[in-house]
Amino acid sequence: MKILGKITILLCGSLLLFFTSDFPDFGDANSPASLHLSPYFIEHTLEDTAVPNVVTSVLADYRGYDTMFETTVILTAGLACFLLLRIPKRAVKNRYYLHEPTGVTLRFEGDKYPQESDVFKRIDSSWVPYDIIINFTCRLLIHFIQIFALYVVAHGHHSPGGGFQGGVVLGASVILFAISGNLRAAIKRFGEKTAALFSATGVFIYAGTAALCMVLGENFIDYAALAPILGSDRIMARSHGIFIVEIGVAVAVMAVMIWIYYNLSSAGKQDEGL
Amino acid sequence: MIFFDRASNLLSDLPAIVVTVPLLAALIASGAGWINRKAPFIIAIASLFVSFISSILLLLQVTSTGVVIEYRMAGWAAPIGIVYIIDHLTALVLVLISSVSLINLIASKRRIDDQFRNKEGAFYSLYVLFTAGLIGMTTTGDAFNLYVLLEIASLSGYALIGLGSNRAPLATLNYLFLGTIGATFYLLGVGYLYIATGSLNMADIASIIPKMMNSSMILFAFIICLTGLLVKLAIFPVHGWLPGAYSESATVAASLVAPLTTKVTIYIMIRLCLSVFTPQYTFQHLETTDVMVWLSVITIVFGAISALSQKDYKKMLSYIIIAEVGYMVGGFFLGNKMGISGAILHIVNDAAMTLALFMVAGIFLWKTGEDSRESLKGMFGKMPFTMAGFTLAGLSVVGVPPTCGFFSKWYLILGGISAGQYGFVAALIFSSLVNAVLFFRIFEIAHFEPFKEQHPHNDHCDEQHQAKSHNEIIKEAPLDMLIPFIAVSLLLVLLGLYSGAIVNNIIHFVIPKGII
Amino acid sequence: MEQMLSFIAAKANYWTYVILLMVGLYAMIVKNNLVKKIVGMVIFQTAIILFYVSMGYKQGGTIPIVMHDEAHHGATSAAIKAIDYINPLPHVLMLTAIVVGVATLGVALSLAMKIYQEYGSLEEDEINEKLRNI
Repeated sequence: MKILGKITILLCGSLLLFFTSDFPDFGDANSPASLHLSPYFIEHTLEDTAVPNVVTSVLADYRGYDTMFETTVILTAGLACFLLLRIPKRAVKNRYYLHEPTGVTLRFEGDKYPQESDVFKRIDSSWVPYDIIINFTCRLLIHFIQIFALYVVAHGHHSPGGGFQGGVVLGASVILFAISGNLRAAIKRFGEKTAALFSATGVFIYAGTAALCMVLGENFIDYAALAPILGSDRIMARSHGIFIVEIGVAVAVMAVMIWIYYNLSSAGKQDEGL
Repeated sequence: MIFFDRASNLLSDLPAIVVTVPLLAALIASGAGWINRKAPFIIAIASLFVSFISSILLLLQVTSTGVVIEYRMAGWAAPIGIVYIIDHLTALVLVLISSVSLINLIASKRRIDDQFRNKEGAFYSLYVLFTAGLIGMTTTGDAFNLYVLLEIASLSGYALIGLGSNRAPLATLNYLFLGTIGATFYLLGVGYLYIATGSLNMADIASIIPKMMNSSMILFAFIICLTGLLVKLAIFPVHGWLPGAYSESATVAASLVAPLTTKVTIYIMIRLCLSVFTPQYTFQHLETTDVMVWLSVITIVFGAISALSQKDYKKMLSYIIIAEVGYMVGGFFLGNKMGISGAILHIVNDAAMTLALFMVAGIFLWKTGEDSRESLKGMFGKMPFTMAGFTLAGLSVVGVPPTCGFFSKWYLILGGISAGQYGFVAALIFSSLVNAVLFFRIFEIAHFEPFKEQHPHNDHCDEQHQAKSHNEIIKEAPLDMLIPFIAVSLLLVLLGLYSGAIVNNIIHFVIPKGII
Repeated sequence: MEQMLSFIAAKANYWTYVILLMVGLYAMIVKNNLVKKIVGMVIFQTAIILFYVSMGYKQGGTIPIVMHDEAHHGATSAAIKAIDYINPLPHVLMLTAIVVGVATLGVALSLAMKIYQEYGSLEEDEINEKLRNI
């Protein structure tokens, strides 16, 4: 079976290599790919949408329908991880507590464990000693990461960036918090329900804006329909519409990244984990 | 006056409504699940109903006017933006997808609430997203947009069938690997098309391809797109993922995924061959007929023989699905009018038959808590209506007139004879005989052997807990499961009786002019 | 010599993508460990990204952000030449493919975790051994 697999791969690979000889050269400006559609996008992006970043305007306007489903793909992954992995907390059998005055670690089985206590501190079963340097550094960094993320989201019209990139950076900041401290502290600040609701809301901002354009009498996702609401001309309305959906994308991507991390790192218990 | 404006406007927005209403509903359902546990079901069913009604309206619109509907997403015209194209075939498949999804949801509410407690929001949301993904795949006129929607349908499909028996995750992971290989090959093929033509729009590519028939990039794009889709179709020898994935999963999910995934993928294959690569390229320039028909013959024979050796009912169905995939792929690549008509008609019929057979599997499982054929002993006496429907579905798979299975097989056989592919005809008849053996064996067990009071425990099945206590007398299934099932089995007969009308009014317009 | 070098430079990216694609496929088909298979899947998808991004490159082109005068929006298109900017479309498509890749990875990892909970192993032969014994 394995030999068969190797032979298939070898055949497939040599076939693919053989066919590369007909490709246009790397960097060839006269290949069909660069001549048929793409000049339109580059030359008309400013007059159509007033967005200088062509990738953003193609992503969220010309091919905005793709991007709406792309955001939905992310949500689907979040929902899938939740559906597959999540198990209720009471399935946790053992809990470990550190008795801080003495430094003794105790294991509690079943339901009997100190709920709110000044002397007992919950620790993970595979416990790594708490490191104040890492924790402090990360807490310092997180603010700057988040501000940068907001910049990336907001400046997607004029520089590389946009909702996906900014959303991932935002999500990473919360994940960094969870890694540097522990999962429970992160869940306390950004709960699972919040993550789930945010991820649905983010995609809803996108799809809702798109559907609103339809209700206002234009085609689906045609942001020009928003002009009367936004109080601008039809071209600027496209630019603003792109910005609105980018925010939706950022919210969705951030929340789903965090949600997937919570479920994967704790094997669905959302109690302890890396 | 304004109202009428709005109404006519709504009618022109139907192609967008048919897919975006389920999408929005899935988003609302996934949020609402955290607040109210009953809400997701209502939202899901309402959205699927809207989708069903609008797809029927689209079908009526297309058949009455005969004009292909085009809808421009974001208002951009064809090669620049993404357009939705609805022709006869699309509208037919749309009605199929939305009705299968709707009927199955009604029939399986009870079991979903039982098996996915506290996760209803996520389940219903994924269920509707799966449907929306398939609907989008069907309607889109853009080769890359198809990939995105394919991934939505696949990912939600993995999640839906990933829960079931304790073998389900492993089977699903295998499915995910092969599904990803298939989808990525398709994406690679789209890349080759883009590098050769510079376009992503299907109609635009189709207008460019005749000028570059001999280009090796187009040839390779064709090969690799087709390979990707064949992996997703579970054709022999890449069928390995299908039986495990469909038989180990929860029946509510299997009865949605099994009837739709392979059929929609076949639709995509037909769409690619006819409206992207053009029929001249597919059938005349490349002469694909021989290779593909023999591949499908092997698939049919393999599926039939494997089905014969299965003890587990759902596993047997999975192998029958593989054989049926062979029917449709082979029928399409016969490349004549009868063959293509038969393949398209069989998409509809096979989806209905598979739905009926998986629904009946769900009812048996709900009642007896186990999956093997032996558990069906004496069922005719206990649940006469269910068994009557089951008999209809079984006869339809075998191909007994006047059920629908007969008519599509008839077209396929006629197509095979006129193309001179006697191997294909023989494989079809062989597989029908095997199906007859399989189903009459079940009928015999269910009819003549006495009912067994004590059902043994089945320890590898997660769904066993939902079976009623074993001492309880087994009788007819609850009405909310029975009525949709009876409706589907009557539909099998109706589809059979009206198959002439379907072929003349819908499928006739799909077949391109050059094909006799 | 120079001809050969320019030939290699013209095709190197495409060769690399094929090699990466095959490395990924090899891991997915031949490897025994499920996580290694998942890593193979990621490499497989990344190869496609390299392929698409390579075909969008133009010699001498800059990133596809149009230089413009902030003062007048909607300036005439005559001033903007498509040849100066690399092709934006593959980049847009690959943003989608990256997202799809991440989503698939997430689902695959959660399935692998589910399998580990069930069988206590991620090696395929050990799992098959356990399945036979049931």
